[in-house]
Amino acid sequence: MPEPQKKKLDLNRREMPKQPPEVRRHNFNEVALGYPVEIAVQEAKRCLQCKNPKCVAQCPVEIDIPGFIKSIAEKDFAAGTRILKDKNCLPAMCGRVCPQEEQCEEVCVLVKKGGQIAVGRLERFLADWEAEQGKLEMPKIPPSTGRKVAVVGGGPAGLTVAGDLIKLGHQVTIFEALHEVGGVLIYGIPEFRLPKVIVKREVEYLKKLGVEVVTDYVVGKTRSIDSLLEEFDAIFVGSGAGLPWFMDVPGENLNGVYSANEYLTRMNLMKGFLFPQFSTPIKNHKRVAVIGGGNVAMDCARTALRLGAESRIIYRRSRQELPARLEEIENAEEEGVIFDFLTLPIRYIGDENGWVKEIEYLKMKLGEPDSSGRRRPVPIEGSETIIPMDAVVCAIGNSPNPLIAAATPGLEVGKKGNIVADEETGKTSKKRVWAGGDVVTGAATVILAMGAGRKAARSIHEYLCSL
Amino acid sequence: MFKVIESQMIVPNIHLLMLEAPAVARQMKPGQFVIVRADDGGERIPLSIADWDVEEGTVTVVVKNIGSTTDHLASLRAGVSIPTVVGPLGNPTEIKEYGTVLCLGGCYGIGSIFPIARALKEKKNKVITVIEARSSYLLYWEEKLKEVSDELICITRDGTKDHRGHVGRLTEIIKSSEPINRIIINGCTFLLKRGSDMSRPLGIKTVVSLNPIMIDGTGMCGVCRVTVGKTTKFACVHGPDFDGHEVNWAELLQRRKTYMREEVIPLRTSRCEEHAITSSPE
Ligand SMILES: Cc1cc2nc3c(=O)[nH]c(=O)nc-3n(C[C@H](O)[C@H](O)[C@H](O)COP(=O)(O)OP(=O)(O)OC[C@H]3O[C@@H](n4cnc5c(N)ncnc54)[C@H](O)[C@@H]3O)c2cc1C
Ligand SMILES: Cc1cc2nc3c(=O)[nH]c(=O)nc-3n(C[C@H](O)[C@H](O)[C@H](O)COP(=O)(O)OP(=O)(O)OC[C@H]3O[C@@H](n4cnc5c(N)ncnc54)[C@H](O)[C@@H]3O)c2cc1C
Ligand code: FES
Repeated sequence: MPEPQKKKLDLNRREMPKQPPEVRRHNFNEVALGYPVEIAVQEAKRCLQCKNPKCVAQCPVEIDIPGFIKSIAEKDFAAGTRILKDKNCLPAMCGRVCPQEEQCEEVCVLVKKGGQIAVGRLERFLADWEAEQGKLEMPKIPPSTGRKVAVVGGGPAGLTVAGDLIKLGHQVTIFEALHEVGGVLIYGIPEFRLPKVIVKREVEYLKKLGVEVVTDYVVGKTRSIDSLLEEFDAIFVGSGAGLPWFMDVPGENLNGVYSANEYLTRMNLMKGFLFPQFSTPIKNHKRVAVIGGGNVAMDCARTALRLGAESRIIYRRSRQELPARLEEIENAEEEGVIFDFLTLPIRYIGDENGWVKEIEYLKMKLGEPDSSGRRRPVPIEGSETIIPMDAVVCAIGNSPNPLIAAATPGLEVGKKGNIVADEETGKTSKKRVWAGGDVVTGAATVILAMGAGRKAARSIHEYLCSL
Repeated sequence: MFKVIESQMIVPNIHLLMLEAPAVARQMKPGQFVIVRADDGGERIPLSIADWDVEEGTVTVVVKNIGSTTDHLASLRAGVSIPTVVGPLGNPTEIKEYGTVLCLGGCYGIGSIFPIARALKEKKNKVITVIEARSSYLLYWEEKLKEVSDELICITRDGTKDHRGHVGRLTEIIKSSEPINRIIINGCTFLLKRGSDMSRPLGIKTVVSLNPIMIDGTGMCGVCRVTVGKTTKFACVHGPDFDGHEVNWAELLQRRKTYMREEVIPLRTSRCEEHAITSSPE
C-alpha cells in the first residue's frame, strides 16, 4: 500500500475549538477558544493570495487581508500583527464580533473549495498572539502638533478616532459618560463573547500612546459641545445609539420587564453575575423571554441561560429572517435557547405584586415582502396564546440618545434622532464638529463604527493641518 | 477620583457628604442630581444635590443610610476618594415667578429642597418651606432654610415641633397660607405621593422629584421608567420633576421594590468578620 501522501493539503476551512455547549451554558467564560498556532498556520496556508483580492474591498477599514494571512502562513506573526494594526487598531475585538460572513469572507473565492478563509479567526489569532507576547509594539509618534481634539464617547468609533489622531501627533482627550470606556463592547456585548480584559487592554494601549481618558463625564450635561469648542480645535461625537425602544404594549412597566440595555448593563458593566461581591444586583429568573432576533437578543437569551433560566427568543418572523449573526444563532441553539418563531407579544400580565407572570402573544404568518425586502409577518386571527413567564427582556432595537443633540444648537439631527454627518468625512452641520458610528447610522456594527471613525479622523487631520 | 471634603452625620442616620467635583459644580442647577459609586465594584446610585460651590469646586449631598451603598457612603471620611461622581443629571426644577410657592421636604429632601427654595426666593417668590420628620431630632438645616424662606413650618409625627402628625397636616397648612400657586416636593416616594394626594383636591400644581431605580442616568437603560399621565417617561432624562397629580404611584412604588430580595443580601451580616480582619492591630 502506498504511504499516505504527506504533502496533500487538507483543503477544508479549519474549525475553531469551542467550549462544549453543556459546559459553557453554565459559565461566563469565552465560548470560542481561538486557533492554536498549528491550525492557524494551516488555515493561513489555504489562502490563494489573490492578485486582486476582493476581501480587502469588502473591509470597511481596508485591512491588507492577504498580507497578514501570508505572514501567518510564514509564521512571522510579528509582521502579520504590524500589517493588521496598520489599518485596524482593535483587531482582538473585530476578530471576535465582526460579521465577516457578510464582509470579507463573503467574497472569498475559496467558498467552493472547502470554505472561505477564516479571516476573522486569523485576525483574532494574531491579536491574541501579540497579547500573549506581553510586549506591545509601540508605533513611532511624531512630535506634537499642538492641536487638541475632544472625542465624545469611548465606543469603537471614538477609540478609532483617538488612536488615529494620536498617531499623527495631535492631543486627544476622550470624554465618556459611563465609568468605563469601551461603549457597547463594555456594557453590552457579554463576557462570554468578548472578554472585558481584551477591551481594557486596547484602551490601555491607547492610554500608553498618550490618549487622555476622562470617564464619568456626560457631554451635554457636565459640559456642552460649545464650551468644549473653546478649548479644543475639533470635536468628534461618537456617542452611539444607546436609547432603548419598548413596544408600547400593556404591562411593559411591570417588574421583571427589562430593556436589553438594562439587562446587559447590569450583567456586563456592573458585573451583576458576581453579586454581592459586586454590588449591583441582577435577578435569577426561572423563565425568561427575550423579544427580538438580533445580536442583542441572542446575547440576552444566552445571558439568561447562564443565570440558570429557561430562556427563549420570541421573534415575529421566521428563522431565516433572524438578523443576528449565524454563528451566534447556532451557539444559542446549541446551548439550549428555545426559539419561538412567528410570535408577537401583545400583552404582559402581572401578578398581585406587580410582577410579570404571563405573556400573551399572537402567532404570525409570513405575508408579502415589506420595504426591507423581508416577508412581512401578519397575525393569525384567533391565535392568542398565554404562557407563563417570570421575566421579559425587550431587545427590539435602539436609537441615538437625543441628549447631546438637544444641548447643541446648530447640530443638524435627522428624523430618527441621528446626527447628520457627511458619509465620506464625518463632517456635521456644525463647524469643527465631526460625528460617526451608531449616532449617525443608527445601531449598526463595530467595524462600521470604526470605519466611520477612520474617515472622520482623516478629515479632522486635514483640517488641523490646514490651520 | 473624587475626594470627600467633608463627611458628617447631621442627624441620626442621615449623612452629609461634600465631594470635590468641580466640573459638576460648575453646571449645577436646583433640582438636579448626581450618580455616585462608593467603590470600584460599587452600584451606581442617584443622589439629589443639596448645595454646591462653584469656586471651591464642591457638591454637597444628603444621604439617608438605608442599604449597602448608602451605608458605605456614610462610612467615608474626609480625605478619601470615590471613583464616580457624575452629573449634573436630570432637568433643573423649573424656577419662575409664581407668587407663593410651598416647598415640602422630608428625609434627604430637606437638603435638596434648600437650593430650590433659595432659587425661588431669588426670583422674588414668597417661599413657605415645610419640613417633615418623625421627630424634631431628625430635622436639620432649619437655620439655612429660614434664610431662604419667608416662613418655615415643621411637621413632626410625635409633635415635638410645630404640627403633630404626618403629611396629612399639609391640607390645613395650605389652607391657612392661601393663595398658594405651586407646591414642590422632595423626599421619599411616600411623601411625594401623599403630598400630591393632599394638593389634588385643592387644584394646586404640584411638582415632585421622583426617585425610581436608576443605573446610567442618561437615558440608556430605561430602568427608571415611570408612567406620567398615559405615557412612559425615563425619570433620569425627562425628569426627575413631574406633575405629582399625573404620576402612577402604585407602579413607581412597585418598581422600587424590584431588588428588595437581593438588597438585603449584603446586609445580612454586620460584617464583623471583615472588620476583625481589617482592623486587627497586627
Ligand atoms: C448587545 C449588543 C451586541 C452586539 N453585537 C455585535 C456584534 O456581534 N458584532 C458587531 O459588529 N456589532 C455588534 N453590536 C453593535 C455594535 O456594538 C455597535 O454598532 C458599536 O458598538 C457602535 O459603536 P459606537 O462607537 O458608534 O457607539 P457605542 O459603542 O455605543 O459607544 C458610544 C459611547 O458613547 C458614550 N456616550 C453616549 N453619550 C455620551 C455623552 N453625552 N457624553 C459622553 N459619552 C457619551 C456611551 O456611554 C458609549 O460608551 C452589538 C450591540 C449590542 C448592544
Ligand atoms: C433622582 C434621585 C435622587 C435621589 N436623591 C437621594 C438623596 O439625595 N439622598 C438619598 O439618601 N437618597 C436619594 N435617592 C435614593 C437613593 O438613590 C437610594 O436610597 C439608594 O440608591 C439606595 O441604595 P442602597 O444600596 O444604599 O440601598 P439598597 O438596599 O440597595 O436599596 C434600598 C432602596 O433604594 C432604592 N434603590 C436601590 N438601588 C437604587 C438605584 N440604583 N437607584 C435608585 N434607587 C435605588 C430601592 O427602591 C431600594 O428598595 C435618590 C433617588 C433618585 C432616583
Ligand atoms: S437611569 Fe438608565 S435610563 Fe434612566
